[in-house]
Amino acid sequence: MTPMPVPALYETSAALCMFFILLVPFAIAGLSLANTGLGRSRSAAHSMLASLCVIAVAAVVYVIFGFSWQGFVGLPSHAIIVTGKPWNWIAAEPFFSRGIDRGGTTASLVLLLQMFSVGLAAVIPLGAGADRWRLGAACTSTALLAGITYPIFAHWVWGGGWLAQLGANYGLGHGFVDAGGGSTIQAVGGLTALSITWILGPRRGKYSAEGMPAAIPGHNPVLVLFGCLLALVGWMGLNGAGAILFTGAEPRFVVLIAVNTMLAASSAALAAAAITRIRFGKPDASLSANGWVGGLVASSAACAFVDPVPAIVIGLVAGTLVTFSVEWLELHLAVDDPSGAISVHAVAGIWGVMALGLFGHFPAPVLNVAGGQLSVPNAGDTGQWMAQLVGVATLLGFVLPLTYGLNWVLNRFYPQRVPAEGERQGMDLYDLGAGAYPEFVTHTDDFTQR
Amino acid sequence: MKLVGFLLLLSGWALVLSAVILLGSALPRTAFMLAGVGVQVLGLTLVVRSHLVLRREKD
Repeated sequence: MTPMPVPALYETSAALCMFFILLVPFAIAGLSLANTGLGRSRSAAHSMLASLCVIAVAAVVYVIFGFSWQGFVGLPSHAIIVTGKPWNWIAAEPFFSRGIDRGGTTASLVLLLQMFSVGLAAVIPLGAGADRWRLGAACTSTALLAGITYPIFAHWVWGGGWLAQLGANYGLGHGFVDAGGGSTIQAVGGLTALSITWILGPRRGKYSAEGMPAAIPGHNPVLVLFGCLLALVGWMGLNGAGAILFTGAEPRFVVLIAVNTMLAASSAALAAAAITRIRFGKPDASLSANGWVGGLVASSAACAFVDPVPAIVIGLVAGTLVTFSVEWLELHLAVDDPSGAISVHAVAGIWGVMALGLFGHFPAPVLNVAGGQLSVPNAGDTGQWMAQLVGVATLLGFVLPLTYGLNWVLNRFYPQRVPAEGERQGMDLYDLGAGAYPEFVTHTDDFTQR
Repeated sequence: MKLVGFLLLLSGWALVLSAVILLGSALPRTAFMLAGVGVQVLGLTLVVRSHLVLRREKD
């Protein structure tokens, strides 16, 4: 396919973008801490090591293979012609990302951001598989995510693919738009988390013979809440960098993006705290933390295209959805998701994507770099929700079956769940040979009089 | 049941894409897209229920 020119960034935008990208690892650190705090103490070291390992695997696999399928606007890609319209479905970059100039060009900034983003997506399922997912299996599953699932969908959204071009080709608004990765990172990670919980099954002792769930509270709420604060910093970077690179947001939009991100997280956390206060008599720390991260997730897609009031509404709805869906999944669907990853990332991510279609407005110059910013100069905002709906249908109809199928096949050859003995001992002792909190171990000589 | 659920997820997606490609006017396109998403919801329900049944059988 004949490529469009690679969009260039002005120096200010490029510098700002670099700054934002370097904030993104804080989001990964925040999620890792939250996952660890929401799991059991006997699996804490395993959880943090698993985070490091999957981030490492994701970065290596993505740079070697993933970016070749994802690419970026202006880089070579494959397209098929359907009823006279090009359907750009996969990039055609050489392996090891050899096709881009790494000297601070727009494409090289995309590569750097995506290397962190795929790590963030890979950390999401770890929370859902906590206390029972083997380290090696988590790394192999991450390789499949970073090498296949993530880059293909991200190409369709951010690499000039057919979803981004729905506006130019079929008049659906500005095409599928997602500034900060509500679909590409969060929903893809959340749907992978759902697949992993289905394949692994619930933790031993979670459900009684009658199907009633037992409460297994997280071992350290301080880690969880500190993780939320770190995630806020990372999300500012994620939303800012994504908006500049993928939607052509100018530096003047940066303040609006930061305000919207903060407002969505705040209103979501307050909604979760209020709901749990009303229902249980006291605000629940872990659900409020889930609400906070759910608000951040929901803010991602629309961060550059809504005013502060809709951002608050987006956060309020996200906090409410997360609180009820955590309970619904656990109580009615027997899905054991210790960190609430499915609700926080899949449910809130999909809500955020649809919220852009409901509340978004697109100031001139027309944005959506990936869809060809010059090709839809007069497109109205009507039809935008339909483009967003096509994106959601693609998540459910393509990403979920693909990620489930890949993990199912992996599970046939390499069982992903730890044996019963591993769950009884805890993942730290079973997989690593040492616990995270050795001072918790009591020795008889500690109690003998000296 | 699980396989049928996943096939329905794919079929719903195909309906949505067909509506985008083949239908030009707004009303039929919207109707078919919503129908496609409805098929996907049905598929998701089947997949969820199949996992519930599998878990009960294991217990």
